[in-house]
Amino acid sequence: MDSDEQVKVSTLEAYADTILPGEKRFPGDHAIAGAAEGPGAVVAGALELLHTDATGVTVGLPYLAQSLNEHAKGYAKEHDLALDESLPPFVALSFADRTALVRSLTAPGHPEKDGWVSLALFCNMSFDSAAHKHTAEAIAEGHPGLLAMGYTAPDEDGLWRFPKFSYRRELARLHPDTTPSGSPA
Amino acid sequence: MNAYDKTDVVIVGSGFGGSIPAYHLAAGGAKVTVLERGPWLETKDFEHDYLLGSSYTRAFDFVVGDGMSVLGGNCVGGGSVVYFAAMPRAPKFVFERHGSIGRRMWPSAITRDSLEPWYDRVSESLPVSKQDWNDVSYAGGLWASFCDHSGRTANPAPVAVDNDRCVNCNFMMAGCRFDAKRSLLTNYLPAALAHGAKIRPLHEVQRIERIDGGDYRVHFNVVDDEDYRLQSGSGTIDAKIVIIAAGAGATPVILQRSEAALGTMPHGVGRYFSGNGERLNTAIINEERVREVLGLSREDGKVYEANHIGKGPTVANWDKLDGSLPEYERYSLEQLYFPPGLGTILAQVPDGAGSDKDVPRWFGVEKKEILKKWASWLTIFLMTEDDNEGVFGTPPPTGNAYRISQQMLGRGPLKYDPTPNTRHGWALADAECKEILEKDGLAKVAPWTNDVVGAYTVHPLASCRIGDDPETSALHPNHELRDHPGIFVTDSASVPGALTVNPAMTIAALAERSVPGIVRALQARGVDVTYGAPAPDGSITGRRAVSKLSLVSGT
Repeated sequence: MDSDEQVKVSTLEAYADTILPGEKRFPGDHAIAGAAEGPGAVVAGALELLHTDATGVTVGLPYLAQSLNEHAKGYAKEHDLALDESLPPFVALSFADRTALVRSLTAPGHPEKDGWVSLALFCNMSFDSAAHKHTAEAIAEGHPGLLAMGYTAPDEDGLWRFPKFSYRRELARLHPDTTPSGSPA
Repeated sequence: MNAYDKTDVVIVGSGFGGSIPAYHLAAGGAKVTVLERGPWLETKDFEHDYLLGSSYTRAFDFVVGDGMSVLGGNCVGGGSVVYFAAMPRAPKFVFERHGSIGRRMWPSAITRDSLEPWYDRVSESLPVSKQDWNDVSYAGGLWASFCDHSGRTANPAPVAVDNDRCVNCNFMMAGCRFDAKRSLLTNYLPAALAHGAKIRPLHEVQRIERIDGGDYRVHFNVVDDEDYRLQSGSGTIDAKIVIIAAGAGATPVILQRSEAALGTMPHGVGRYFSGNGERLNTAIINEERVREVLGLSREDGKVYEANHIGKGPTVANWDKLDGSLPEYERYSLEQLYFPPGLGTILAQVPDGAGSDKDVPRWFGVEKKEILKKWASWLTIFLMTEDDNEGVFGTPPPTGNAYRISQQMLGRGPLKYDPTPNTRHGWALADAECKEILEKDGLAKVAPWTNDVVGAYTVHPLASCRIGDDPETSALHPNHELRDHPGIFVTDSASVPGALTVNPAMTIAALAERSVPGIVRALQARGVDVTYGAPAPDGSITGRRAVSKLSLVSGT
């Protein structure tokens, strides 16, 4: 087994990859399951965001990783799965099993739901808004999430402007009871 | 305590409920201090940036409750800095609602007709204007076209946006860098400052106590400018009148925390919370079908692919705002832009877009696939009639939430368990969305999930509501807290229930309406103050309208 730090990082990467999966970074990449094409949350910077103090979750990460591995052990036992002992238990689960476990941890009524949802929120944010980077810089650097979603680059001053924004056509009848103020009657 | 920290009026919060009385009372001659728990951001501070710590996270709060999460403003200007500036007036039937109490929720003195002059005042002051089809974003135009194709109507929404200045950046939730959005920073607040009102940012009110002579002492903590979890001091300020306008998610919490000192609160404090019946649906647009069936295309040859271009909501469907329909079956469907980050995670993979029941819909492989189509999302905002079922539990030690992140994210004491009435309204609105959006294969749509952070509102209301009945309202119809003379609540907490439309216009109109009564209360306490100021820019048409109501005091 790797060092505590490596176990933590690998486990959290596997969680982030379950939320927004990606392709493996290298042959033998265990943390990323390789369930989807293109970069996922890990390559988008999930660990970097989780280690940003502003999130408020950073100090809890070792506990969350440890807890996730405990849950994974319990899941494996319950489903009679043999886990590769050279890997952290959550990392050793298949993508389908990681997904099933995360579904149960984040389901309404689970006593630890808040913590796992917070972790999922930040993993998602690393991909869809790169909250650990200035947005304009992230796009300039080719941030995989923002590019995948179709963000365009801002103007030179870092601000977005869209001079063309409207079909400029009347597209529907107005409601017959619209008042002179433009409100419903 | 500093002996000199004494004023005529302390106002807690600087959103619509705080800024409007701040202006009128200062203009009338009262000494006014506004305590705002958030930072004071200016135009140059409003960034186009999702980085944690940018204006996007400094200016608003996302509080997760049990069954409901609430998004609210947290800066000088409050909700007006982060809102999308849609300003419709509430339909007439709303004021006749019974909700879950079996009798009219609103005070008998308030109808749409009686509120109209106050709406006019707000409309003149911000100002609010109608939009035409040239102002409507691609997303709004697309929604209008969907409505028309399915035999429905659609209206460009009235807005408080200067369209000549607007660059359609869709960063409104991080404040407006171009001063196109008529937030309170551009009208009531500068006018209040010009008349001597004091605004103290990063002052989070803890509690209120009554002191000798009937005045009130307001206790506050000073919040760190960067890490809102930290507090760098505390203090007090005394006043003859206290106006609480901290937002429907915080106003009742302050009153609950004050109960030990002030005495028993009315039953309605911290109860009857409404999420304005809100709910979001995300449609994934089939671009080619839209070209073929609706005949839409952009100047650059694309069909739509413009989720990120625009200015919040621009077009609404009001066909179900029909007073003859039963309660809980009336709702509006409004096109809305919702920025990525906290919102995007709640978008679910629609049925038939490759999903099956054994895979998760808010995360995972298929969620990533719909994120890649983000530019082709069309978000529809449902505003229905909910059942005022939210209840606030034990207040946290400070603020209205246990703060998790340095900014933005916290866990609050609100509990919300939607009743069958509320669920019925949501289901009907969801079904209507599906019928409109999926007709002829134009899109695939799914409602956002409530399973992750509960239901979700950007327009919290009614946690401290006005009414005629002491059993079900916390405030007299003049916004004074029952059994606690001299404390007024003028914000969204005072609105009795869901409005079926965006509520800012109604919140602002109620705040305008509350001012003459507060002036009278100040006069009764010996303060030399009058009522009758013009709109912040000097316009007087709206003042003439309310003068006719014989509500003007001290003139």
